[in-house]
Amino acid sequence: MQAETDSRIGKDLVAASAMPLVLAILNEGETYGYAILKRIQELSGGAMEWTDGMLYPLLHRLDRLGFVEARWDSPENGRKRRYYRITPAGSDALQEQRRQWDVVAGTLRNAWRSFEAAMAPMTPVVVG
Amino acid sequence: MESSIEPGVEARIGEWRSYLLRRQALAGADIDELEDHLRSEMSELGAAGLNGEESFLVAIRRMGGVHELSREFARERSSRLWKQLMLGGEGAGEREGTNYRGIAITVGIAAAAALAFKAPAVFGVNPFVDSGSEWDASFYARNAALLALPFLVGFFAWRRALPARTVAALLAPFAIAAVLVNAYPFDQGGDTEILAMIHLPILLWLVAGVGYLAGDWRRSGPRMDFVRFTGEWFIYYALIAFGGGVLCAVTIGIFQAIDLDAEPVVAQWVLPCGAVGAVIVVAWLVEAKQSVIENMAPVLTAVFTPLFALMLVAAIVGMVASGNLIDADRDVLILLDVLLVVVLGLVLYAISARDPDTRPGLMDGAQLVLVVSALVIDVLALAAIVWRISEFGWTPNRTAGLGLNVLLLANLAWTAWLLTGFWRGRRTFAELERWQTGYIPLYGAWAAAVVAVFPLAFTFE
Repeated sequence: MQAETDSRIGKDLVAASAMPLVLAILNEGETYGYAILKRIQELSGGAMEWTDGMLYPLLHRLDRLGFVEARWDSPENGRKRRYYRITPAGSDALQEQRRQWDVVAGTLRNAWRSFEAAMAPMTPVVVG
Repeated sequence: MESSIEPGVEARIGEWRSYLLRRQALAGADIDELEDHLRSEMSELGAAGLNGEESFLVAIRRMGGVHELSREFARERSSRLWKQLMLGGEGAGEREGTNYRGIAITVGIAAAAALAFKAPAVFGVNPFVDSGSEWDASFYARNAALLALPFLVGFFAWRRALPARTVAALLAPFAIAAVLVNAYPFDQGGDTEILAMIHLPILLWLVAGVGYLAGDWRRSGPRMDFVRFTGEWFIYYALIAFGGGVLCAVTIGIFQAIDLDAEPVVAQWVLPCGAVGAVIVVAWLVEAKQSVIENMAPVLTAVFTPLFALMLVAAIVGMVASGNLIDADRDVLILLDVLLVVVLGLVLYAISARDPDTRPGLMDGAQLVLVVSALVIDVLALAAIVWRISEFGWTPNRTAGLGLNVLLLANLAWTAWLLTGFWRGRRTFAELERWQTGYIPLYGAWAAAVVAVFPLAFTFE
């Protein structure tokens, strides 16, 4: 996760997908910031790179919107840690995001098809 | 998970923490969370073979810029901003407790300013009572800024820890102005006196601005900071003046209900002392929230730039349609000058608030319309003044109007040119910014000329 100069996935795309991605990860179960970033790395095979710090303002926004609930906990090693859990409203938002992204992805897939037909020899690599 | 971190690195984490703490947008809990993240990352990097120092550097780098981070948090927390406003100077945040020392010094300076403002009463100069003579009023008209603004310089001297030499250099213009406006034998209520009264505060405000910039006034960037400061200061002052007015009215009303006349106390003490003390307190308020991004001036300029543009265009259309170009009436010309100064203020604040790197947008279009229509009106006003001068000769007011209009004309014309170039993508916004900031000393020079030269040139009439 090498921060600002992101050569793999564009900044805007990362920003746009951040909210559904975080909600989807929280949908797997309660977790905390560092683990969320690790999970994103894992899910994207390292292709989605975040500036680590930026996750936290996003989590606060989700909290303010009522999509997640936060609580502090002190695990055995004694360091305080903030855990996040998705709320029913967050699940609804995730559903809605999922629907919208499906539309976008479907549209893009259709568009790629004509693109591929036009440039037959060059097969673009599509992740996902 | 807790890896043993060497003390040197532990100290650097501590430094990083206190650096974040100074950012008012981040609360203590946010920083705890970020620290937990940092330590998680560091222990993983440590497990991968990096030493403490290396893993700290990598983890910090991955965390991203503190500046962007606090901006993101501030955007998320705009509701906190008013709260921060009340919490002391640069370093102080809620977790360090309120900065009582800073508040005490600010209030002390404000109180000193208020007392100094009332000091002439000891010598019987008191226009705030019914028995106050016209000479008393004229004394205050000439000296109000001289009594109040040195304390603003003092406030900046304290905040910026200015060296004594700088402070002395800043106070010199005050001393010179004090000698001039009091030694000149003005005709009481005459034009040159009124003009000096209007222009002196502008000049002294710019001098105080040099104090605000801690002497670093030659560069464009800091000057823009002072423009921003002026805008915020003005808005806060207006808000506080409004609140103070309500308070005074209510006070008088309540005491009237219990058959006590509070009006003399309010008129003699509360109003003048409050108005002067607020100059300092408002400066402190604006300073206290300096590190936070939210500004009110940009919001107001965004609202009023299109409205003023619309009004000016309507006025021009009205003039053309009715065939009544500007009537060379004196009141009309003064009104027009006020209008043009307001337009210039709007342009200046809009520029100070704009991100120079973004591309031209609708607001820049509205601004161009505003500037061009102001230019048209300025030319018409100038023509009217020149006509009046050729018809009736030179008077202080006409000369001051002529000078101001020429000053504004040059500024607006080149601004319009630069804005057009920017709109077409041929010029950068930074050029416009430099033009405006470069122009500011001219206002000071003009104000100085009106204060110092006009009375002599027009024999104090």
